[in-house]
Amino acid sequence: MKLMTCPLNGPRNITEFQCHGEVHRQPEPSGASDHEWAEYVWMSNNTAGVVREWWCHTPTNFWFLAERNTVTDEILATFPVPADGPSGEAS
Amino acid sequence: MVFALLKYGFSRRYPERDEIPRTPDLQSHYDVVIIGGGGHGASLAYHLAKHHGITNVAILEKGYLGGGNTARNTTVIRSNYTDQRSIRFYAKALRLYESLANELDYNMMYSRRGQLTLSHSDGVSRSLRLRADAGVFCGEANEIVDRQQIRSLVPSLNLDIKGMPILCGLWHPSAAIARHDAVVWGYAIRACERGVELHQRTEVLGMELSGNRVTRLRTNRGDVSAGTVVQCVAGYSSVVAKMAGLKLPIRSYPLQAMVTHPVKPFLDPMVSSTALHCYVSQSARGELVIGGGSDPYELYNTRSTLELKESLAASALEMFPFIGELKILRQWAGITDMTPDYSPIMGQGPLSNYWLDAGWGTWGFKATPASGFFLAKAISENRIPDEIRPFQLSRFHSFDLVNEMGATAASH
Repeated sequence: MKLMTCPLNGPRNITEFQCHGEVHRQPEPSGASDHEWAEYVWMSNNTAGVVREWWCHTPTNFWFLAERNTVTDEILATFPVPADGPSGEAS
Repeated sequence: MVFALLKYGFSRRYPERDEIPRTPDLQSHYDVVIIGGGGHGASLAYHLAKHHGITNVAILEKGYLGGGNTARNTTVIRSNYTDQRSIRFYAKALRLYESLANELDYNMMYSRRGQLTLSHSDGVSRSLRLRADAGVFCGEANEIVDRQQIRSLVPSLNLDIKGMPILCGLWHPSAAIARHDAVVWGYAIRACERGVELHQRTEVLGMELSGNRVTRLRTNRGDVSAGTVVQCVAGYSSVVAKMAGLKLPIRSYPLQAMVTHPVKPFLDPMVSSTALHCYVSQSARGELVIGGGSDPYELYNTRSTLELKESLAASALEMFPFIGELKILRQWAGITDMTPDYSPIMGQGPLSNYWLDAGWGTWGFKATPASGFFLAKAISENRIPDEIRPFQLSRFHSFDLVNEMGATAASH
């Protein structure tokens, strides 16, 4: 069993969590060009290495951020969303 | 035992097979450089050499021939998709597979089994009906079968799975399996006979771009320049594309599968259930091949998890309750390059001499002959054939996707 530490609920089985993808910045919908918007909707960095992602602990519906290494399958850190928004968005 | 093995190994009666060509010295220039020596790379090289006379071709493979997803898939060949554009493409692959052993004079152990996709709900029954009718419209053999017909096709199948009884099925009689290793070996051997160079243990580390072109590739065995570059690297598509400055709509997930120890033949067709996230077939050796869904989060790692093996075993047991005593013989994972619409990406991308053969997720093996066939044609004529036009990267900018999520047995 792989464990993930939820900032609210402590260490839990990773099957209780859902990954919601890399943190990335949404362009301003009214100002973005079609190209920019398509890039935002579909494209992915799909990084082989350390990524910052949205995760959710499904039983409590608690959303938080995690830093994870996608090559070694290590969870490096989990933390609640900072007050000023999820910093470190990938472009 | 050990001595017998050594004696066998050194015996002149059993010489080392040398049909796979040895890696030659890397030259400084090739007309076409193919990154990735899997089924797709080898198929492309073969078709370039055979049909288009382009033989100054190098395949650069960072590991060994066919050691990636070509060795890790569950070898299902079928064309029962939903969208006509996909059906026509995969049907071409199926036709090419049917005659591939003859074409390459290499035994693929091609075996037509038929595939039975199960429905446990009204919603899935409707989507199977759509796939059956779409297939028939395109001239492919597909039909809806009821419980009685399912019983006669697969007598050992448990139709009354608790909580999710089988309502009906989609029967695709032309589905087949083939020996995955033999496919890539056959293509590579015949390509190399025509002058293609296969460079194993040759990893591309970086690319030099000039304007709209990739001019040089940096590898661990020296630099090489190329007229045209094609990437066929499956799970590592995003990593390699990034070297060319491209960002793709691909996310890489592991997919885990396993085989049991061999038993007497009892299962002729392949049986799959999207609701159970599981598909089962019996190999020519008698092993049950059990495949499943992708992992729940993105990863470039072929580790195994007990959770997925447990869920695969549980689902297989629901279908065939008597296999509980079987032992798992081998298990493995491959990195699948999943696209949002479960269709591949083939074509040129934004650079003028850089071609993509990516986004093959869990549907790459069955497409191996057709992707090589059409891409070779595209590269030699510098024009995209109609058959693969719908699968270009640009479809994500025009929002003209080819949705095959429902027809992909393995995922989700």
